[in-house]
Amino acid sequence: MIRLTLKEQPSVPLEAEALSPDVMATLAHDAICALPVYLGKRQRRLDDFFEVEGEASDFLHVEGDASRVKWIGRGMTKGHLAVAGNAGMHLGAYMKGGTIEVSGHVTDWLGAEMSGGLIRVRGNAGGQVGAAYRGSLSGMTDGTILIGGSAGLEVGMRMKRGIIAVGGAVRDFAGLQMKGGTIVLGSGAELRTGAWMLRGTIVSLKPIPMLPTFTPAAEYNPTFMRLYARHLAMLGCTIPFAEADGAYQRHTGDSSVPGKGEILVWAPR
Amino acid sequence: MLRITGGTVYDPANGVNGVVRDVCIADGRIVSDVEGGRTIDATGMIVFPGGVDVHTHVAGGALNFARGLVPENQRVARKFLHAPGRRGGIGGMTPTTFATGYLYAGMGWTTVNEAAVPILTAKHTHEELHDTPIVDKSCLLLMANNEIVLDLLEAGEVERARDVVGWLVWAAKVYGVKAVNPGGVAAWKWGKNASALHGPIEGYKTLTPATIISGLAGIVDDLGLPHPMHLHCNNLGNPGNVATTIETMKLLQGHRAHMAHLQFHAYGGDGWETMRSGAVEVAEAFDSHPNLTADAGAILFGDAVTITADGPWQHMLHQLTGRKWGNLDVENETGCGIVPYVYRDRHIVNAVQWAVGLELLLLTRDPWRMFLTTDHPNGGAFWRYPEIIQLLMDAEYRKEQVRKLPEAAQSRIVLGDIDREYSLYDVAIVTAAGPARALGLTQKGHLGVGADADVTIYPAKPAADGVLFSYPRYVLKAGEIVVEEGEIRAVTDGREFIVKPAFDDRIEEYLRPLFQKVYTISFENYPVEIERVRGASVVGVRS
Repeated sequence: MIRLTLKEQPSVPLEAEALSPDVMATLAHDAICALPVYLGKRQRRLDDFFEVEGEASDFLHVEGDASRVKWIGRGMTKGHLAVAGNAGMHLGAYMKGGTIEVSGHVTDWLGAEMSGGLIRVRGNAGGQVGAAYRGSLSGMTDGTILIGGSAGLEVGMRMKRGIIAVGGAVRDFAGLQMKGGTIVLGSGAELRTGAWMLRGTIVSLKPIPMLPTFTPAAEYNPTFMRLYARHLAMLGCTIPFAEADGAYQRHTGDSSVPGKGEILVWAPR
Repeated sequence: MLRITGGTVYDPANGVNGVVRDVCIADGRIVSDVEGGRTIDATGMIVFPGGVDVHTHVAGGALNFARGLVPENQRVARKFLHAPGRRGGIGGMTPTTFATGYLYAGMGWTTVNEAAVPILTAKHTHEELHDTPIVDKSCLLLMANNEIVLDLLEAGEVERARDVVGWLVWAAKVYGVKAVNPGGVAAWKWGKNASALHGPIEGYKTLTPATIISGLAGIVDDLGLPHPMHLHCNNLGNPGNVATTIETMKLLQGHRAHMAHLQFHAYGGDGWETMRSGAVEVAEAFDSHPNLTADAGAILFGDAVTITADGPWQHMLHQLTGRKWGNLDVENETGCGIVPYVYRDRHIVNAVQWAVGLELLLLTRDPWRMFLTTDHPNGGAFWRYPEIIQLLMDAEYRKEQVRKLPEAAQSRIVLGDIDREYSLYDVAIVTAAGPARALGLTQKGHLGVGADADVTIYPAKPAADGVLFSYPRYVLKAGEIVVEEGEIRAVTDGREFIVKPAFDDRIEEYLRPLFQKVYTISFENYPVEIERVRGASVVGVRS
């Protein structure tokens, strides 16, 4: 294991894409200490900001309030990255595999354009979770993002595949221009959920305000929800599916695009 | 003072075809001999005049709009970190100003012609060109949809139209005149296009694209501009536009003209399902019109951003692809549309386009009249020119690429049957000597005594990781070594070529009230001050 302890808060956000198991897996202690990080436009050494213990491992443990450290785990393909504390923007962006676990909060662009792997955040996340960067045609194309707390705007914007599950409150435009994949909203969402969605599934366990361009289609207990529930249960996330407990109201849309997406809202019996 | 010794020199403008000789340089120019100074040993290397790009889009309002519209391309683009003496920037499809200079020079090109400037954004364009280092620049003024000019042409007041064009050229401090989809952009303001050369243009009673084409070409000839009218024909990109292109060539009989990105104007068939190469017909017609020059506007597979003043075509492309679309309206002068695009080798239409660009370069007989471009960034970025040169020089490699295309595409092109291979001499013509001559830049594109000392020295064999012409060993600009072993060594300021045609000053009395009536800026604020064009070099008109 490599343990990295933040010495002090950087004065401006620190860009540290070197904080990835792929980079450190084969490096000796000295080489890890000398890895480049960017403080604004200036290149600095990793050990200017972090206490480094251990070497050559694909298990990284980051400690301290790293909420000003950006791009942790960028493009990682393997290994395990644990953050005991908070993490900054773009955590796990472009990630391809491996796992990231955060005990605290994170902020915007969590898992943006990721294509595999698992990210689990115990606290809150910011906006654009699993989203497409500005101008890109698609957001996350596979993988799983689990958030215990709340999340911000444009969760899953332009996502194509994969699962995002959020336990707490979610703000406007969840699933904006979604092209596929699944978003689970444990506590519902604010306005315009699923706007411009083309395909994909948004599951809400609480009633949500529905856009007029979504059409009520059915009330049912689809078989695939049983499979989803079983899959998510293995990851520690519970969603209801049994007929005895209630049913899902299905709304199709967004007909302004026009899209073939669906929003399923749980109605307990 | 500098001497390049032992290199094999290709200088087509002076008839030098692969001769081992010294090239001597003093005070930024080629001289017959020098005493002392540095010597570059170019033994086993080839020596070319610096490349000249006759048609590219590297500065100004439209390009800047495109830079903003495609952040997804900028993110993955090549980065230039700032270093002592060198500014930062990014490359990619729409490079930033400084990076544009580094990329052109890094490839061995030393003169570029920005092909589309509306007068209203000319100030912006000159500012950007000033920030485009190393290379020398010129730019062309968009004129074929300027409402003041069109009204005069419709009224038959050609004399006055000539004075207006002359005044506008000097007001914008440009080098020449560009005509984009004549009448089509004016019609676009009514939601229409101008696809029939002899049909009246929307918003006008009798004016047709044909009147504009022959009228403007005549005006440019009368004014004696060193570069003839630079024409983007009507019906760009439409299957079956061969007929329009050939008819346009006939209209230009008796005038000089340069036909831009001819690849986009050489399609046969009558719809997307039947679209095929029309390169044979176009090349044949082009060969029989010695008054014309053209550039290929070849495409390469991969990402591109399409930027053109041809607003109606861009709207069509947006509807075809579903990609994002930007549209600008430039008051009384022109318009602009931007759509990002990906050319795919499995797509039949794209495969035909790819072939047409190469076919035109290979089928037209006179390399002095057909030049290498990609209409950057429309057909592909300019820094991919070496890939096209490789395709032109190696018939076997080219045929191998053709065989990879979908069979439906192979049956619609003739590229697989062409055996011609470009020699190094031909390459020097289509990349430097020819474009310089077409632009009327007498001190560019050759290595004769008195020419600007813009010299590119390539290794005779390609590097292991690239094609020939990708990595020049040395690039000299105005006698200074700007690139050495693939590294930018010196960042110099390039010049900007402009012309001052003769016109009747009293034309201002005609224009002033029109301006008060129809423009959003005052007449006094309209012209570009000469102080704003830093490094301006005024080129004389033809006598």
